[in-house]
Amino acid sequence: MRAAIVVFPGSNRDADVARALRLAGAEVVSVWHADTELPAGTDLAVLPGGFSYGDYLRCGAIAGRAPAMDAVRAHAARGGLVLGICNGFQILCESGLLPGVLMRNVNRRFICHRQTLRVERNDTRFTSAYARGQVIDVCVAHGEGNYFAEPETLARIEGEGRVAFRYCDPTGALTIDANRNGSINAIAGIYSETRNVLGLMPHPENFVEGLVGGQDGRGLFESLAA
Amino acid sequence: MKARIIVTLKTGVLDPQGKAIEAALKSFGIDSVEGVRQGKVFDLDVNASDPAAAEATLKAACEKLLANTVVENYAIEIA
Repeated sequence: MRAAIVVFPGSNRDADVARALRLAGAEVVSVWHADTELPAGTDLAVLPGGFSYGDYLRCGAIAGRAPAMDAVRAHAARGGLVLGICNGFQILCESGLLPGVLMRNVNRRFICHRQTLRVERNDTRFTSAYARGQVIDVCVAHGEGNYFAEPETLARIEGEGRVAFRYCDPTGALTIDANRNGSINAIAGIYSETRNVLGLMPHPENFVEGLVGGQDGRGLFESLAA
Repeated sequence: MKARIIVTLKTGVLDPQGKAIEAALKSFGIDSVEGVRQGKVFDLDVNASDPAAAEATLKAACEKLLANTVVENYAIEIA
């Protein structure tokens, strides 16, 4: 597994996701936002968390149109894997690689806490190391993570089984309290139509070692590297 | 040519900031305000030969970057 992490001005979680990928056995290189190509042999393009371009205009709006994103789009069109975490998910939505948009959290606050997620399916390149319906304990840290899509788009996403993760309580139940940013249908992450692109707001890369409090995030990187 | 672009949230899209502003206005005793929606204004200088050309340029700017048309509408005013 060869992963290319695209670094934008204001990305700040690139080192963490690189570490998580290396722990899982992947080879990792960095790509600058102004680069027009991904390194030859890239299997996975990663858009890390952070505050690209200071969240100016809209979160991910400027990064979504950066030169490197043309390369990521071409990579996705060839069937290459793309993973966007937090700001990376916002960038994927702004770039048109994933449908919908991440709006301001419903409580208007930046939220930063441990969060349980339900793994909706495990027959994808991103989640094969998990069980279907498994509840995983990771973290969230965002101000604009309130997923929204128009009714038609939402119906298509749900109908095609493209929800990757939902915010849930520790038993796996979808409760209002567990969905603190107000996302529609408690959506925490979605796949592209062909399931080679995944965007999610939570940070699995935070929890890959017991030393920092949990390792439920490992499964995502192990699935990718498998 | 001077132009102004106004970007607003589409009807039905939740606007937590607008709601907060509305609540704040009420707390100041300005309670006849019913409903606040927050948007963005861009003032631009456009080098164009005529208003139609400027409008085409600005429309492209809105579609490509200034508005996310999933949740936002835009209006273009050319002075």
